Amino acid sequence: MTVEATAGQAVRTQPKIESELLKSRVGAAMWFLLPMLAALAVVAGWPLLRTIYFSLTNASLTNLYEAEFVGFKNYLSWTTLKSGRTVFSGLLVDPAWWNAVGNTLRFAVISVTLETVLGMVVALVLNAEFKGRGIVRAAILIPWAIPTIVSAKMWSWMLNDQFGIINDLFMKLGLISHKIAWTASADTAMTAVLIVDIWKTTPFMALLILAGLQMIPKDIYEAAEIDGVHPVKVFFKVTLPLVRPALMVAVIFRLLDAMRIFDLIYVLTPNSAATKTMSVISRENLFDFDKFAYGSAQSTFLFLMIAVMTGLYIWLGKVRFDGGDR
Amino acid sequence: MAHIELKNIKKSFGLVDVIKGVDLEIFSGEFMVFVGPSGCGKSTLLRLMAGLEDITSGEMTFDGTLVNALAPSKRGIAMVFQSYALYPHMTVYENMAFGLELAKSSKETIKERVEKAAELLQITPYLSRLPKQLSGGQRQRVAIGRAIVRDPKVFLFDEPLSNLDAALRVATRLEIAKLHHAMNSSTMVYVTHDQVEAMTLADRICVLRDGLVEQVGTPLELYENPQSLFVAGFIGSPKMNFLNGEIASKFGANTIGVRSEHIEIADRDGAWKGKVVHSESLGSDSYVYVDIGAGGDPIIVRQEGTHMHQPDAAISIAPIPGKVYRFDKAGKPVKN
Repeated sequence: MTVEATAGQAVRTQPKIESELLKSRVGAAMWFLLPMLAALAVVAGWPLLRTIYFSLTNASLTNLYEAEFVGFKNYLSWTTLKSGRTVFSGLLVDPAWWNAVGNTLRFAVISVTLETVLGMVVALVLNAEFKGRGIVRAAILIPWAIPTIVSAKMWSWMLNDQFGIINDLFMKLGLISHKIAWTASADTAMTAVLIVDIWKTTPFMALLILAGLQMIPKDIYEAAEIDGVHPVKVFFKVTLPLVRPALMVAVIFRLLDAMRIFDLIYVLTPNSAATKTMSVISRENLFDFDKFAYGSAQSTFLFLMIAVMTGLYIWLGKVRFDGGDR
Repeated sequence: MAHIELKNIKKSFGLVDVIKGVDLEIFSGEFMVFVGPSGCGKSTLLRLMAGLEDITSGEMTFDGTLVNALAPSKRGIAMVFQSYALYPHMTVYENMAFGLELAKSSKETIKERVEKAAELLQITPYLSRLPKQLSGGQRQRVAIGRAIVRDPKVFLFDEPLSNLDAALRVATRLEIAKLHHAMNSSTMVYVTHDQVEAMTLADRICVLRDGLVEQVGTPLELYENPQSLFVAGFIGSPKMNFLNGEIASKFGANTIGVRSEHIEIADRDGAWKGKVVHSESLGSDSYVYVDIGAGGDPIIVRQEGTHMHQPDAAISIAPIPGKVYRFDKAGKPVKN
């Protein structure tokens, strides 16, 4: 208390120096931030505003600049028929859209959950000291380093119903009695997408968690060893709470990524209603079906969902991005 | 209570031999200090006793029981780390209770023991705080408290004071000394590179050098009868003055050593004549650095009280007879 009081007095008695110092610091910070803010405004801010604007018009690809403002019609509109029945139309009552929302959420939750668990396991292994750790660390990153299009194509061949190695392997092992059309069948399409995404992204998760694990001082593990704490309890009572800030950041990154999944699904399971996500369906409307305004409305909706989820997650998890969380 | 015996203990990390065969007996209830320069293996030896490192060869027994392969938690030890090693996300209370919760003690017993230890170390007001809200000295006391609540047979301290500032180091040193009196049935093993800590705390000191025991004895034994040049130079502050060559051969030795407190300033015709290089006055004592033209470092002479000497002034000094340590070529004391 006394320290704070004297510090307060110091500020009051020397206001000039403080404010000048602060001014120059803020000034410098602004200059350093400016290029970034400008770049973000051009590549993210402006397209976002345009998308939101188009979602409130009747724009089409051939008629982008003469688009008329129609309010929230793309989201929800209704007409009352002569019979007295009211017919609703628009995004909010579109079953194809809600199917895509469901697919996206299902994909995001399952993939991020499994990637977090597997990533944690991999990170714990990589954090242990063993011979050849450097090579294993590098090797495990390979799936992540391969461009998504390439790995999606590779997996789509591996999962091919006629000639794919997966079917061949499973048949020879006797796991399946007939070949499965992994990517084409509605029952297995989502599983196929999940497998590929988890294979591809677990290394990223592992790396972020590993960075968190390495921040934990070694000596507290020794203290726990002397205390005779069971390794499982050490994990849940010591490792997990201490790695939580890094884990939360990793989960947010992955969640945002998963919510806007596009390329993998576009290549692996094109046109499958079982895997069509929000990004895929909005692109379809924007460019394939020439419903530019409607696609814009879907993009806007996706943006709002991601924004709300991120806000909620940060608030609930009390994540602070400066590294600490307590 | 634990009587610890080390028999020909060796430890290698890969091709590097760190401990090269240590034989040592630590008596039950004793305060043993391992001291030596950095890299001498003192911390490794302590970690071998804790069970945090595997012994490469040799036997270690606690009360006659072989503990070579025993897990740290089964040895009845508690350790205080140089870096405190507190769990950063737990309060002081939780930090101290964590090890007990696992020992399946009842809630009341845990509370009682933690509070008793907190009182002993005067950290009761901080029990609900997190380690980061404490000063270095308070953190170190919490670390000691965490060791106390386990009621160990053996306390292991790994340079516990080296992260504290000078004033706090003296105060905490006193706390540890008091702790040893209060818990005189516990064996304590303490690692430090600071010979003052070793001299003030130890019942016995074990001087280590290059993975081997150089000498074991009470602080005064080491001070009065160093069994090697190394121990003579390591124990005592300021460092013992060493002289070689002609001056030493007059005493029938290869090297002679004289402590600064065993040299007197003679009026005119002392054994060694030279000039003042520098003088320091600490209030209670004064140190004069004298160059007698023998090469090497200037000789340090300690005088009680405040004395000032002008630089370059001529001075004549003489060792107190019978207080000159003589060493042969191998650095061992000359016997006769």
